Amino acid sequence: MFRIHPISCLILFLALVFVSTNLNATEKQRVLMLASPCAGCHGPDGKSPDVIPSLTGKSPQYISMMMKAYKSGARQATVMNRIAKGYSSKEIELISQAFKK
Amino acid sequence: MKEYNRREFLKFLSTISGIGALSYPLTALTKNTQANVVIIGGGFGGATCANYLHKYNPNINVTLIEQSRNFVTCPFSNTVIAGINKLDFITHNYTQLNNKNSINIIHDRVTNVDIPTKTVITKSGKKISYDRLVVSPGIDFIWDSIEGYSESVATKLPHAWKAGKQTQLLRDQLVAMKDGGTVIIAPPANPFRCPPGPYERAGLIAGYLKEHKPKSKILILDAKDKFSKQPLFQNAWDELYPDMIEWSPGSQGGKITRVDAKKMTVTTDDDTYKGDVINLIPAQHAGDIAHAANLVDEKGWCPVDQKTFASSKQKDVYVIGDACIAGKMPKSGYAANSQGKVCAMQIIADLDGRKPFEPSWINTCYSLVAKDYGISVAMVYRYNEKGIIGVKGAGGVSDPEADMKLRQLEANYATGWYRSITSDMFS
Repeated sequence: MFRIHPISCLILFLALVFVSTNLNATEKQRVLMLASPCAGCHGPDGKSPDVIPSLTGKSPQYISMMMKAYKSGARQATVMNRIAKGYSSKEIELISQAFKK
Repeated sequence: MKEYNRREFLKFLSTISGIGALSYPLTALTKNTQANVVIIGGGFGGATCANYLHKYNPNINVTLIEQSRNFVTCPFSNTVIAGINKLDFITHNYTQLNNKNSINIIHDRVTNVDIPTKTVITKSGKKISYDRLVVSPGIDFIWDSIEGYSESVATKLPHAWKAGKQTQLLRDQLVAMKDGGTVIIAPPANPFRCPPGPYERAGLIAGYLKEHKPKSKILILDAKDKFSKQPLFQNAWDELYPDMIEWSPGSQGGKITRVDAKKMTVTTDDDTYKGDVINLIPAQHAGDIAHAANLVDEKGWCPVDQKTFASSKQKDVYVIGDACIAGKMPKSGYAANSQGKVCAMQIIADLDGRKPFEPSWINTCYSLVAKDYGISVAMVYRYNEKGIIGVKGAGGVSDPEADMKLRQLEANYATGWYRSITSDMFS
């Protein structure tokens, strides 16, 4: 058992409401559809059990920046350049929402 | 002030947020309609679909029927054949999946589906009713596609195209073979499970032979004239195993029409070849149950609405994985995994009385040419009126000019992929 301070509870509540209200239900469904195949290489919910980098907990800014750099070729990888080219900028923004805590 | 225990607190968090990585749909994405979904086959397609139905809507009772207690993967079975890994490396079980509240796993063989009463019938006599049925049986072999080959001959001339005993048999035959022997690998015509698989096998066997039996040869007698990642494979063979692997395309005497198991020979249009080890991979079609349930077309594969995987033949039945006709997607473990997730979402939409979601898929297939030499092919897929198609400008194969550092990296990622996808199926 532990006690929760009302103020910290409120802050947490606002933080969660803030992130979850960025997307409407249709967009959330789209995030799920677009991002679920990532798990094939990056592990369930982006938690990789082996050498492929984990995505879980990565900020939308980070995921979006990396995906765009792979798409443009500014950053070279093994397979990610080929994958990133499969998504529009809008889709990359949606995918980037999938792995934040 | 209220006191919470940990469980209540987490429940409170999930209530107010409705978000938490990819598991956030709980309330926002589905009406949580209750239903019975039965899944036949616990491979990359079926197990993934079960797991994601559980994640997306835990009110759905999922019954996964799988005849085997263990799941032995075809991916990475070539490393077992080459002696890099043992069979236990590719052997998984269903314990973790069965521990999930909404999933029940039955180890039994489905013998038929009674479509009008929406009932699945098993070998042990169980009758299980469904609201929606997912059929993910993988492939079965067309045994009479080559004269002289049969299921019993396969115990001498292994196909090793379903992993397990057959994988170990081929491994044992390679270990027993004399130095200077000939290994014949006979890939089938398209379509078949894992298009780059026979060629990965050739390279990994060559790696074993080079080290232990360097006077030996590999002869690939192919029913086809070209194959997946061909330039990458052939360049790597020249580089790593010069003069060890010979490939004969179908139109130039590669297509085998007859085998003689006693004499250990195979006959093509041009010639008869003797092998010390013969790995004959027969032509394939959708798994037996798909035929019994009348889900197949005249070629033996299952036509589906490629947006949802709903069978074109039977109502309230979905077919995923190797057995279905999925447009441009290959018959691979990754493709089946990706299809399992899309199918789970589409079933949820259907049960909720909504239009299908706009689907999106990925496939990535790694192949090892050697333990430390990996290559890949990848694609992002979408749906249009023609069916499932690759996104223009995306995907393709590894850079032909890549250096050894990148080949090593892709070999590492091949193992990383394997560990991730098997984790994604079960955890």
